[in-house]
Amino acid sequence: MEGLITASGLGPALDLLALSPPGWGGNLLRGLVNSMQIALGAFGLGLLIGLLGAYGKLYGGPVIRDLLAVYTTIVRAVPELILILILYFAVTDALNQFLVAQGYGRIQISGVVAGIAVLGVVQGAYATEVLRGAILAVPAGQIEAARAFGMPPLMLARRITLPAMLAFALPGLANLWLIATKDTALLAVVGFGELTLETRQAAGSTKAYFTFFVAAGLLYLLISLISGRVFGWLERRARRGEPGAGGGGR
Amino acid sequence: MGQAAAETFPDLPPDQPEAIRIDDLRKSFGMIEVLRGVSLRACEGDVVAIIGGSGSGKSTLLRCINFLETPTSGRIVIGGEEIALRPDGTPASRRQIERARRSLGMVFQQFNLWSHRTILENLIEVPVHVLGVPRTEAVARAMSLLTRVGLAEKAGAYPAFLSGGQQQRAAIARALAIDPRAMLFDEPTSALDPELVGEVLNVIRDLAAEGRTMILVTHEMNFAREVASHVIYLHNGVIEEQGPPASLFGAPRSDRLKKFLKSVS
Ligand SMILES: Nc1ncnc2c1ncn2[C@@H]1O[C@H](COP(=O)(O)OP(=O)(O)O)[C@@H](O)[C@H]1O
Ligand SMILES: [Mg+2]
Repeated sequence: MEGLITASGLGPALDLLALSPPGWGGNLLRGLVNSMQIALGAFGLGLLIGLLGAYGKLYGGPVIRDLLAVYTTIVRAVPELILILILYFAVTDALNQFLVAQGYGRIQISGVVAGIAVLGVVQGAYATEVLRGAILAVPAGQIEAARAFGMPPLMLARRITLPAMLAFALPGLANLWLIATKDTALLAVVGFGELTLETRQAAGSTKAYFTFFVAAGLLYLLISLISGRVFGWLERRARRGEPGAGGGGR
Repeated sequence: MGQAAAETFPDLPPDQPEAIRIDDLRKSFGMIEVLRGVSLRACEGDVVAIIGGSGSGKSTLLRCINFLETPTSGRIVIGGEEIALRPDGTPASRRQIERARRSLGMVFQQFNLWSHRTILENLIEVPVHVLGVPRTEAVARAMSLLTRVGLAEKAGAYPAFLSGGQQQRAAIARALAIDPRAMLFDEPTSALDPELVGEVLNVIRDLAAEGRTMILVTHEMNFAREVASHVIYLHNGVIEEQGPPASLFGAPRSDRLKKFLKSVS
């Protein structure tokens, strides 16, 4: 109730959101930075896993393909929240048991590292599928032409397949990035100080729920809008060889 | 054996070095044998035309030369260097295959230009990144090749903005950009609208006139007759008849070739 009243008068709300104490804006921004750090890290890790996963699924032996199928199926079937709890608690626990058994002390895994690792594994499963589809969409003749001119496999992937598949992959990757930014909120359950947790704490302490959750919502929206611009630009760039995509014919 | 070889290559000047030589090439897809013992030889400056019905194995033969297809058995010699094969026909050394491929400029029916790169970038891609030619040198050479095929003003355009004939001329320039020992053409005009065929044939005719070594799979019989130094008629994976164009087109011996020539004229 108080939150509503506070929000209706803009002055007190802005006081609450001031960057330095007693305002909570600094905390929110710190949470935002943490969230972005994790989202970027997880997205990058997911891309790396996805790239290896896509090539493994396309060109790997039967064992690799089966393992990857298990990975992508499980990750995509189980709710992210449960995966995060499993990966975070089970994996840190297993790691510590292993360390103790080896005669080392327990370690505290940093929230950022754990968040990146956990969300990266989730992102990797989706990225595997996005990139696999995109690689398959590259006309086989273009890859064959590169082979016919004696291009070695790694160079072929770097110079031909990957840039050519980008146009097909970017819409899916843009989606994955937005999911990454929002999934950081799930890390609140393991007590990590990202944007959502900081918001909850600020709201809880001041009882100004409305102010803080609206502020957090606006921050997420802002990220989404900026991301949309960036990905839109990237996609136009990747599609510049296509007629009717605003490309550079001349 | 010596006699068989002499019979296989009856009319080639022995004093030119061999660019490409294939002995007793066989290729199966699963249970189906698509090439059943094909031998051919192209010396420097030769234009070997391969003709034959659809499905006779022309593309497969051409693609075996640069190992886009792995032969089941046989011997392939590129520029005097025999490609080492394992008993199952697969190449023993990826490096050797890549080296051989860099000396063979292939031109595809569907052009296969890299769509995310401009025409100029398509031409310098292999010279700069695979062959290690300095960029400025590669660009200068690419521009002169584009001028030669009449596409200088399209250097900065992306392939999809060009007509089929322009794309194929660019693809020929891309193959020339590696300064190949021999060119391989797989039906370079079959995907083109009829009015665009001529401009591509003109470029190939030019290359023949300047003494380029070429192996050319084609359905354009008049063109084959005009530019080829040697014509091979492939039927069901074997060479049914071969010889200089005048005798092959003028006086075909086998009934199959007679029927084939009648069907395409
Ligand atoms: N990758 C492949 N897998 C199975 N069969 C193939 C493959 N490529 C070609 N073939 C078969 O081999 C035969 C010869 O094909 P091809 O060399 O393309 O003939 P051409 O170029 O003379 O029309 C055809 O019957 C074709 O179906
Ligand atoms: Mg063919």
